[in-house]
Parts: sequence; C-alpha cells; structure tokens
Amino acid sequence: MDVNRSPLPSKVEAFFLGMAGLACFVAIWVAVSISGLVPRQFLPTPWEVALRTFNLLWEPFAGASLPVHLARSFERFASGFTLAAAVGVPLGLLMGWFRWLDDMITPVFDGLRFISPIAWVPFAALWFGTGLGGPILIIFSGAFPPGLINAYRGARFVDRTYIEAAQMLGTGNLRTIVQVLLPASFPAIVAGLRIGAGLGWQSLVGAELIVASAGVGYMMVQGQSNISTRTVMAGMIAIGVVGLVIDVALRQLEAFVRRRRGLR
Amino acid sequence: MSAIQFKDASRLFERDGKTFPALENVNLTVADKEFVALVGPSGCGKTTCLRMAAGFEVPTAGRVLVGGIQVPGPGPDRAVVFQQFALFPWKSVEDNIAFGLRNKNMPAEERRRRVSGVIKLMGLESYETAFPHQLSGGMQQRVAIARAYVLDPQVLLMDEPFGALDAQTRIVMQEELVRIARVNPRTVLFITHAVEEAVYLADRVAVMTRRPGRIKEILDVRAIRAAENWDRHERVEDVMDLESFVHLRTHIWRLLRDEKFALDG
Repeated sequence: MDVNRSPLPSKVEAFFLGMAGLACFVAIWVAVSISGLVPRQFLPTPWEVALRTFNLLWEPFAGASLPVHLARSFERFASGFTLAAAVGVPLGLLMGWFRWLDDMITPVFDGLRFISPIAWVPFAALWFGTGLGGPILIIFSGAFPPGLINAYRGARFVDRTYIEAAQMLGTGNLRTIVQVLLPASFPAIVAGLRIGAGLGWQSLVGAELIVASAGVGYMMVQGQSNISTRTVMAGMIAIGVVGLVIDVALRQLEAFVRRRRGLR
Repeated sequence: MSAIQFKDASRLFERDGKTFPALENVNLTVADKEFVALVGPSGCGKTTCLRMAAGFEVPTAGRVLVGGIQVPGPGPDRAVVFQQFALFPWKSVEDNIAFGLRNKNMPAEERRRRVSGVIKLMGLESYETAFPHQLSGGMQQRVAIARAYVLDPQVLLMDEPFGALDAQTRIVMQEELVRIARVNPRTVLFITHAVEEAVYLADRVAVMTRRPGRIKEILDVRAIRAAENWDRHERVEDVMDLESFVHLRTHIWRLLRDEKFALDG
C-alpha cells in the first residue's frame, strides 16, 4: 500500500479526472493550433485530424485506405509476433529447465537484446529489401525478448513442490515441461507476451519505413513526403487505437488465466 | 522384507560456506505394511529423512534403501504426500489424481477404473471436475492422498500431511487415514510434530533427538493398542482418553521435552 499518497478517488471521480485530463490536452492542442503560433499545416486542429481519419476510412492514400493499410500492418505484426512467441516461449521454458542451455544461450541473448528494434532496420533492409522478412525481423526483435524472459523466469522460479510432485509421480522431462512448467508459468508467459506485443506493435512504424507497398507506417511516411500532417497524425491515432485494443485483449486473457487459476 | 531402511544415514548441510550435521547415523527400519511415525523437535531433520527416502535428497554418509534397493531418485514407487498438498492448480481433481498413472503406459480403461476407485475411497465423489482452489484444505489433502494411493506405491511418505489443516479437519483426516489403512494397508513413513497424532496413527513411533538428528527411542504402539483394544473405539477423542494412550503420549512428551531442555541449556 502506498500510504504516502492522497486519498484514493472513487471510480466515478477517477473517470471524471481522466476526462478532465483529456479535455486539458485537447484544449492546449486547439489553443496552439488556432493561435497561429505554429503553421496550421504542421499542427492541424483535432477536428481536422478527426475528419482526415474519418475520410481515410474510405478514401485511398498511398495506394490504399486506412483499414487496408492497418490490415497489412497487422498481418506483419501478427507474423512477427507469432514467430517471436513460438520461438521465445519454448526456448525460455527449456532454458529454465536445462541449466546447460541457460548457460549457453544467456550470453548471446544478453548481447543481442539491447539492440533496439529500430537498430535492426538497416540490417533488415539489406537482407530482405522490401520483402515481408524485414518487418517480421524487426517486430520479432521487439516481441521476442519479453516472451523469452518471462517464460524463462516463470520456469526457473516455479514452486519447487510442483516439480517434486511431478518427479515423485514419475514424470519425464518432456512431460514435466509441457504439463507442469508451461502451465505453472502461464500467467508470467501471458504477461510477457503482452509486453512483447506492445513492443512489437511499437516497432511497426520503424519496420514499415523500409516497406514500399502498404501499411500504416508506409502511409505515414508518404504523408510526411506530401507534407500532410493530418495524414501522419491520422496514422498515429490508428496505431495508438489498435495498440490499445491489442493490449486490452491480452489483458483480458491474462485476467482470465489468473481467475481460472484462483489467483483472482 | 523391510520396506524402508535407514542405515547409518547421515546428512551434512552447507550454509555460508560452513558445514554442519543435520542427521547423524540414523538407523530405522520400516517393515512391509508397517506405519511408522517419526516425531522430533523442530529442525531435527525428520523431514530430511523423508526426503532422502523419497529421493529428493541423498545421504552424505550411510544408506537409505527402499525394497532393499538404494534409493536412486524420486519415483512413483515412493509416493509423497506434502504438507502443502502440492496439487497442480491448473488441473481438475480427476486429472490431478490421474497424473501419475498417465506416466505409466496404462490402458485408459484401467486408469479410469483405478481413479474412480480411489475417488470413492477418499470420499471425493462429485468433486471430480472441481479445481483445487475451489476445495477446502481438508479436501485438497484428500486429493493429494488419492493421487499418492492410486499409484499403488511400495511405500507412502507423508510429510506432516495434516499440519496445514485446522484442528477439526485434522481429526477427521486422522480417522479417515486409519479407516483407509484398514481397507488398504500400506508401508507408511509419517512425519509429524503432533505426538497424539503419531500415537493414534502409527504402529511404531520413532522419536528423534534435536539436531543433529538421531533416533532416540522407538516405541511399539501396536502391542499396547492390541492389548488395550483401542480399535473398539471409533472416535479419536475416545482413544485419546484411554489411560494407556495418555501414558504413552506422556512418555513421548517427556522424551521430546528432554531434548528441548538440552537445547535451551
């Protein structure tokens, strides 16, 4: 408990406080935008951005409408994220179980994980050009570390009595990993995947800087070349909203897993 | 044939670079189908004894044998019931009980038959699909005992199995265990710090010294139980009221108390 903080606001109060914060943000935005301090072209008003976003739902820009761009982006995200989860989670569990694998992989992993997803962009461009491989590699580099780390920590610090119970029941390595380590670490794994999904989705624009066909990032880069700040900002809003939706969905999954486990 | 044998089993522990003895020359034999309770002051190493028989720990000197063979590591022939139940919270009651059987390549039909048999034995009918967190502590420990029993193990190792239960539940479980032991006698090594529980349940009670733990005295309860006909009483409290029971309990209490004073002095 954080005893030093002021009294906790009620749910209704919290809602209105949030609304007030949002209103302040929009008010400052509007004020700066219509005051003429910044050219309107570089800071359109909220309603201009909203209108642009709305229009982009049908009107194609850079070869496609916003939903089509989003769909392409999501496809890349889903590929990279699925790959990261499919490799990271089993590898993390195995590293948590087999000490020798831990000792072997940890130095390599620690060396690589501080290279940010954006730092992979030039390398990915050299390797894959404008193909699907580039964005997948970049999203992978963002989503992979949290998935692996959480699966590893989950497996490494699983309650010892579960392992001992499995051992005395005559359980082999593979079955212990799949039937004990995996479910025991599941809450940690889902939490890791949520963080990974966030990082992966955030890496998307960087990934799409090198993609020449479609995608929200591509649309934004095109908007930038056309000095269409509204398009750029519409793209930012779309990224924010979809990112939030992904996070909420995974949060629900996490809560569901915890409830089922009796962890509330 | 002796089911469990401790032969001069010793165990050193290491902490902060220093070694100190936890167990010293433990000699104890649990005969086939015999129920032996191990009591001792806390920290005397009684749980370490059980863990060595289970194969979770190895003696640093001496030997621990089960069925005449030196314990190679944990395995389903030596089923353990843990104080904290150690049920898998992501599995239903039924799946928890069946977990060990699934490791043996047993026909599904046979497996189901054995699981439902032990569910009936432990009074767990209608809880088959419940998850552990939906059950009370007593019911969870019934599941854990069922999970051990269903393996048909050579020996059953129980590490303060009722220690985490409230007093009423504890009594019910003690009566249950006696009932089950009559239906289906097993070789049991039972760790407890509750003297009355040990005397009520066991054929023999082994009393340990304070650390480094050794076997101080072994009391044959069986002879007294038969002579005084404890079994004519169905309830724990009636047995515990008998003069012979009280006498035996007090004797063990004194043994433990001496150890306590030795520790304080």
